Amino acid sequence: MNKQYRPYTLIAELTHRCPLHCAYCSNPTTLLKYRDEIDTDTWLRVFREAEALGVVQVNLTGGEPLLRSDLERLIEEAHKLGLYTNLITSGIPLTKQKLIHLRDAGLNSVQVSFQSLNDAVAERICKRPALNQKLIVAEWVKAVDLPLTVNIVLHRENLHEIAEIITMAERLNADRLELANVQYLGWALRNREALLPTKEQVDEARLIAREAKKRLAGLMEVLFVIPDYYAEFPKTCMGGWGQKFILVAPNGLVSPCHLAQTISGMQLPSVQNFSLEEIWFESSGFNQFRGEAWMPELCRTCERHNVDFGGCRCQAFHLTGDAGKTDPVCSLSPDHHLIESAKNQTKNTTGVPYNFEYRPGHGS
Amino acid sequence: MFTHLTTECRPQLAAKVRLRLDQKSHCFFMLFPERGILLNAVAGEIIKRCDGINTVTTIVDHLMQTYDDQPRQIIETETLNLLQQFYTRGLIRIES
Repeated sequence: MNKQYRPYTLIAELTHRCPLHCAYCSNPTTLLKYRDEIDTDTWLRVFREAEALGVVQVNLTGGEPLLRSDLERLIEEAHKLGLYTNLITSGIPLTKQKLIHLRDAGLNSVQVSFQSLNDAVAERICKRPALNQKLIVAEWVKAVDLPLTVNIVLHRENLHEIAEIITMAERLNADRLELANVQYLGWALRNREALLPTKEQVDEARLIAREAKKRLAGLMEVLFVIPDYYAEFPKTCMGGWGQKFILVAPNGLVSPCHLAQTISGMQLPSVQNFSLEEIWFESSGFNQFRGEAWMPELCRTCERHNVDFGGCRCQAFHLTGDAGKTDPVCSLSPDHHLIESAKNQTKNTTGVPYNFEYRPGHGS
Repeated sequence: MFTHLTTECRPQLAAKVRLRLDQKSHCFFMLFPERGILLNAVAGEIIKRCDGINTVTTIVDHLMQTYDDQPRQIIETETLNLLQQFYTRGLIRIES
């Protein structure tokens, strides 16, 4: 058994239910239903086993985690175990009273995600008016003395708002600002034609973000995540497959990342049948892309093989049909033309009306 | 805004930061949203005393007791460097 790997973060995907329908949602395109969800006791066991494995952080996410009626109890247990808890929320189902209860249960920080500062653009992305409630929630977070992360997912239709978003985050006194470009997988891959920005847009936004990062050093952490389509080399996806993160899906399926279960033939066990320790160390799914043996020669002999580990396995699978290939976003990949042609298409479709394919709200 | 830390400063952890003693490495983890830094022994000695009451001078006094083979000047400079880095990353606050 290879004990060299240690998970530091548990991504607790508590539910796929969500009041929003974002066209770039990071959930798989096959959403789980309420009746598939594991119960409170199982989650509590997952937290205990995760802590024993070395996990120090829990991201409480979804879907919308606030739709789990046991959220407070889960936070209480995570807090008791000394785990740092982040609530990653749309803010929609939140009240100030509820937030105070969560804080008192031991919640450490809150991330509120925004779609756009323009009502119409926001509603076009998530299919309901949400901006006002989000601004109110962000103010509550600071008012009850919780650290606030403002997150915005960036794409062709809102990248130009970046300066305005930074100003808003400053006004809200955010502790952290995540300017995260869409990564083109899952729902976002389906809507790529409408979401993928041009290089000029990305370059301009990057400059603005860089200036803000420098200016706000010490006050607000500013993160700018570029779309990997515009990077020379792949991202270090999840810090390497099965190296740092462990994700538990609403139904108890355990996975190295958000979309690993969408790779055909991937065997992922459930917390209902195995302990987290057995799954982390022994399951074929977690071991499949660890180390170098699986890598194509291009990656194995590359000086970056220990930096990006060949990139994102899901991206390799969804673009080439083979999860064991070099991530096509790598400029050295033989499949890189797939990325180039998507970018070229962007130049031709900018300004052309497009109907998004939306995720259903409550699983279907 | 850019502040240079001095020995009179009273650093404290930013609101988003929690310290956790790691059972596996016996070192301190500095935890904040979506990130963590596993501190080495010396950094842990420094950071655990950042309570908004201790000055950098007091923190260096403590370090001198453990690392008494090092000149004070070096310990002081390295302590300030470390705190300055964490300050720039928004992990340490200085009340002004």
